[in-house]
Amino acid sequence: MTFFEMTKTVLKSVFSRPATLMYPVKPAKKTKATRGHVKIDPTKCITCRICQRKCPTQAICVEVKEKTWEIDQMRCVVCAICVDTCPTKSLTMDNQYRPAMTARGGLEKFTVAGPKKKEPVVADAAKPATE
Amino acid sequence: MSKQITIPFGPQHPVLPEPLHLDLVLEDEKVVDVIPTIGYVHRGLEKLVEKREYTEYVFIAERICGICSFIHSQTYVQGIEQIMGLEIPERAQYLRTIWSEYSRLHSHLLWLGCFADSMGFESVFMNAWRLREHILDDLEATTGGRVIQGVCKVGGVRRDIAPEKLDEMVKGLKGIEHELQDLTNVFLHDSSIQHRLKGIGVLSNDDAYYLGAVGPTARGSGVAIDIRETGYAAFGKINFKPVVEYDGDCYARCAVRAKEMFTSIDIIEQCAKKIPDGPVDMKVTGAPDGEYLSRAEQPRGEVIHYIKGNGKKNLVRHRVRTPTFTNIPPLVTLLKGCELADVPVIVLTIDPCIGCAER
Repeated sequence: MTFFEMTKTVLKSVFSRPATLMYPVKPAKKTKATRGHVKIDPTKCITCRICQRKCPTQAICVEVKEKTWEIDQMRCVVCAICVDTCPTKSLTMDNQYRPAMTARGGLEKFTVAGPKKKEPVVADAAKPATE
Repeated sequence: MSKQITIPFGPQHPVLPEPLHLDLVLEDEKVVDVIPTIGYVHRGLEKLVEKREYTEYVFIAERICGICSFIHSQTYVQGIEQIMGLEIPERAQYLRTIWSEYSRLHSHLLWLGCFADSMGFESVFMNAWRLREHILDDLEATTGGRVIQGVCKVGGVRRDIAPEKLDEMVKGLKGIEHELQDLTNVFLHDSSIQHRLKGIGVLSNDDAYYLGAVGPTARGSGVAIDIRETGYAAFGKINFKPVVEYDGDCYARCAVRAKEMFTSIDIIEQCAKKIPDGPVDMKVTGAPDGEYLSRAEQPRGEVIHYIKGNGKKNLVRHRVRTPTFTNIPPLVTLLKGCELADVPVIVLTIDPCIGCAER
């Protein structure tokens, strides 16, 4: 090993900006692909419960009768399988991480539109039964 | 004969990132026996396979470990694909190879940092982790996650890398390569580092083979076992040679990991040149019926996923043999006869990952 081998690296470090971000002041780096947290557009959700069935951590709970969609953000592992499988694209992935929490919680409940288009189909299905 | 005393090492120890407990039996300052204990972070992930569909279990398989995450999901998915007889698109194979080499790079850099830090070499620690940040940025930009990529799925991969991004990644790696060369030169040729590593914790070639050492621990002792040579994913179409050192001491294991980083960069460059166009995933129907023993090379060595299905959505059995688990018997042999002060350094040269070992 030669002497002063680290000098180049040291000089570079002295005259360059810090490698770290001043995080709370400057926002964290994020890319388009970053999986931050799951968001829902309640007007599009048809309560089909595919997201609930596919979720590997069982973080999503859909109540069909009450037309609610609930997610436990602390349970969610942000794998985005619900976003991929959602038939109406009501779920999207936001690339912003959720802020740290100081208390228990993370439950988010939404009242959703529910299966609008399905209703006439149900009425049609009921007709042959009566005939 | 002097009196024997027992000193507990871990589960909480400054050099250990994860809880491993060793009872060191000492005579004066010499270690004469070691009794390892694991079981502090057991999560029962193997049992969970009975409760989740095999397609969603990929995400759980990936979370077995926080460092070699991608390769766990890759191994699991390969096993399922073999049972179901799926021929996945070639581009997906290449993408898996690229990402698995990226995760090897980031794991080795993390180890280099932690290891240097355990000896008080803080500047190497900082520089290694600074370089690792470039790797993580590329992983985040291409997969969406820094350490948990979540990009493997049964039948291919979930994301594609655009050709421009691939060129950019290779250029970025070229830039890192020079800095990495400087860093490893300083680390491996430093006299005080050599004092603490050379001739310490020697694992003979026979011991490494018969005790079932894997990965850099085995290759540092001259056992040239590298599962990548079996040609899974796209490794069969790539030219590379496993790095082997013959001394079997701590220095040899460090040198293997340091040199492997350059092999990984080379593999990624070759992949970027050879990658074909085409789809990245295929439609999968049905469920696996049968069993398969899937193997892959992790940063720490060979990982085995045993998968058994019965034609239903939920698998029957999933068993993982992780590299750290198999490296514990060699570790016990390494520690016998060493000085107490050398124990932290020797433990870190097998790159223990306890989260893996316990699932």
